[in-house]
Amino acid sequence: MTLSIWRNVRLAVTLFVILGLGYSLVLVGIGQVLFPSQAQGSLIVRHGRIVGSSLIGQNFTGPGYFHGRPSATVNAVTGKPDPYNADNSAGSNLGPTNPALLSEIKGNIAAQRGQVSGAMPGNLVESSASGLDPEITLQAALEQVPAVSRQTGVPEATLRRLVAKEAEGPLLGLYGPWRVNVLELNLALRQIAGR
Amino acid sequence: MTFQGLLGDALFLLVLTFAAVPVGRYMYRVFEGQPTFLDRVMGKLEHGIFRLAGIDPEQGMDWRAYAMAFLLSNLVMAVLVYLILMFQQDLPLNPAHLGPVAPTTVFNTVASFITNTNWQVYSPEQTLSNLSEFALEFLQFTTPAAGIVVAIAFVRGFVAGRQDLGNYYRDLVRAMTRILLPITFVAAIALIALGVPDSLSGPAIAHTITGATQVIARAPVAGFEAIKQLGTNGGGIFNVNSAHPFENPGPLTNLIEEFLMALLPMALVFTFGHYIKNRRQAWIIYGVTMTLLVVLLLVAYSSEAAGNPLVHRLLGVAGPNWEGKETRFGISGSTLFATVTTAFTTGAVNTMHDSLMPLGGFVTLFQMMLNTVFGGDGAGLLNILMFVVISVFVTGLMVGRTPELFGKKIEVREVTAAAAAMLVHPFIVLGATALALATAAGRAGVFNPAYHGLSEVVYAFASPAANNGSAFAGLGAASPFYAISTGIVVLLGRYVSMLLMLYIAGSLLSKKTVPASTGTLRTDTWTFGWIYLGIVLIVGALTFFPVLALGPIAEQLAMLAGKVF
Repeated sequence: MTLSIWRNVRLAVTLFVILGLGYSLVLVGIGQVLFPSQAQGSLIVRHGRIVGSSLIGQNFTGPGYFHGRPSATVNAVTGKPDPYNADNSAGSNLGPTNPALLSEIKGNIAAQRGQVSGAMPGNLVESSASGLDPEITLQAALEQVPAVSRQTGVPEATLRRLVAKEAEGPLLGLYGPWRVNVLELNLALRQIAGR
Repeated sequence: MTFQGLLGDALFLLVLTFAAVPVGRYMYRVFEGQPTFLDRVMGKLEHGIFRLAGIDPEQGMDWRAYAMAFLLSNLVMAVLVYLILMFQQDLPLNPAHLGPVAPTTVFNTVASFITNTNWQVYSPEQTLSNLSEFALEFLQFTTPAAGIVVAIAFVRGFVAGRQDLGNYYRDLVRAMTRILLPITFVAAIALIALGVPDSLSGPAIAHTITGATQVIARAPVAGFEAIKQLGTNGGGIFNVNSAHPFENPGPLTNLIEEFLMALLPMALVFTFGHYIKNRRQAWIIYGVTMTLLVVLLLVAYSSEAAGNPLVHRLLGVAGPNWEGKETRFGISGSTLFATVTTAFTTGAVNTMHDSLMPLGGFVTLFQMMLNTVFGGDGAGLLNILMFVVISVFVTGLMVGRTPELFGKKIEVREVTAAAAAMLVHPFIVLGATALALATAAGRAGVFNPAYHGLSEVVYAFASPAANNGSAFAGLGAASPFYAISTGIVVLLGRYVSMLLMLYIAGSLLSKKTVPASTGTLRTDTWTFGWIYLGIVLIVGALTFFPVLALGPIAEQLAMLAGKVF
């Protein structure tokens, strides 16, 4: 029995070194060499400063920007709402018949009323799973065009072209909706608006 | 539902099946020691591992020795990881300088990861160092391997002329070196190329164009992600698991991850067919299980696509249920993932299950209750075969023939053990749920009101009991009550039935193989397949229907009636 335990200890340590450490560290090395940008988190650098990651959404709520989805992330220490906290991902976890869900969506609708011209897209007022969703549906972006045009002075036609340029379609025409990356859209918008 | 979404689901299941058949054959060759293309490289690695551990991999084991080795190796690995987690603050590879982990959390986490469950009561980016994640990653390799080899040992009990169930250590190591490691390695590199980070640099600090500062947690994600899915583990390196854009950046990574989750449990059905030299039998099990999976997928997809009538009517927002979903997956990519992860009991989520529509939540819950919709690596095949044993006994009684299965007589001993293994699951799910509802500590964790609150609690025990690991995450699962109770449930859910199945295998091994005669009830027919499925559903319905009626079904009806709580 003792011998058996000792052999198992040796086996566990050997496997931990190979599979826990070796496998992981070799992959980190391969990632850094072959795909350094992706391996470091697809960071966007402007003028030598990191302005974000193209995969991680940011909290755009003010005028002059396209808005992203509601985020339910909180501050890890205080527990207070802290949208798009990329150090503490979270969804709302509100169930479909919870009155808190309805009042939250209602608040989100009120916040987006001035930003959206036509019918309110559900994608823009219902919280994402991660609280860090970098994208909105194409429709949710197009509905914001008139408001963003008013706020920035950029003609609607130009904005529509911009949105169309940034839009990504379904993989193989089957997987995922037509959608737009909000941070990349706003970066492109800033360039056009000359800010 | 869109035509495009349905076509996408169909294409996925087709590709999966085409891959599972050859992988199933390959696994048979691996475990029976037949030559494979990895022999030269991996043979040396295996030799080295056995030398360092001082283990003779050729010694055959009876069921007792096999079970003992399984338990002992699990215990030792659990202790090793326990120590790493307890002392992470004093160990290297902790770039975010994370402090000590609460003892109840360490217990729950080790119990959860040693059982292939990966139920998580902590927020990883705020809790675990890189070294701790590597320790969990090590268990993400060893536990699916252990599940697979126990299933293989069970199946060997049916093979005519065998004297033993094989050598546990040889099987375990080969499962890792020949199956898990090569596939995850390739998958992980593909994931990095598609945007999944793999970094030891700690968090990145971004200064955004709106003047804010954003701390972006990073981790060695890709390697973890690949084995998390292939090993039907499911534990995230971020709190929201595969909903996090770093774990799952787009539709293609989403497909890869779904594929990895489903590959081995489905392939094992075909491996089983090779062992009993009856591939028709494997196809029949595949066929009826796939039918059930497709039906449940359609229920989930249609209910999410239909959306929330309360939101439609009271708030005037039309469309599908976007709450708790990511844009890039869309509704079909979210529901396919939710269905696959609970069918193949992985527990990774790309959608917040707590925010699924009542019927969407029903599907995820029901699949974990059945625990046989392919199931997890190894554990799934074991559960399926447990129900096959029971079905053969029941049908034998009905037609008055001696129950025989694949040439071995099924007698009192085997049926008693199979029935006991079958009852463990509902017993621990419902017993623990009752305990939680009866105590203030249990009720205190409930987040959503009324029927949905009940679903949350049932889910919190169905998921650990099925060694799934996904959650209705609104529940305050980190409280000592849930950390300890779910920790115990995962252990019972894994070990009791696996030991009973090994016991059955030992008993079958000692029996003579009887050649099939006209008096034998054939199991490789569709009639038997549907009876098997009927028994799975009847047992599931009889044991779990009351709680499902009070949870998701009641919530669905209340929602349709326009009721808010």
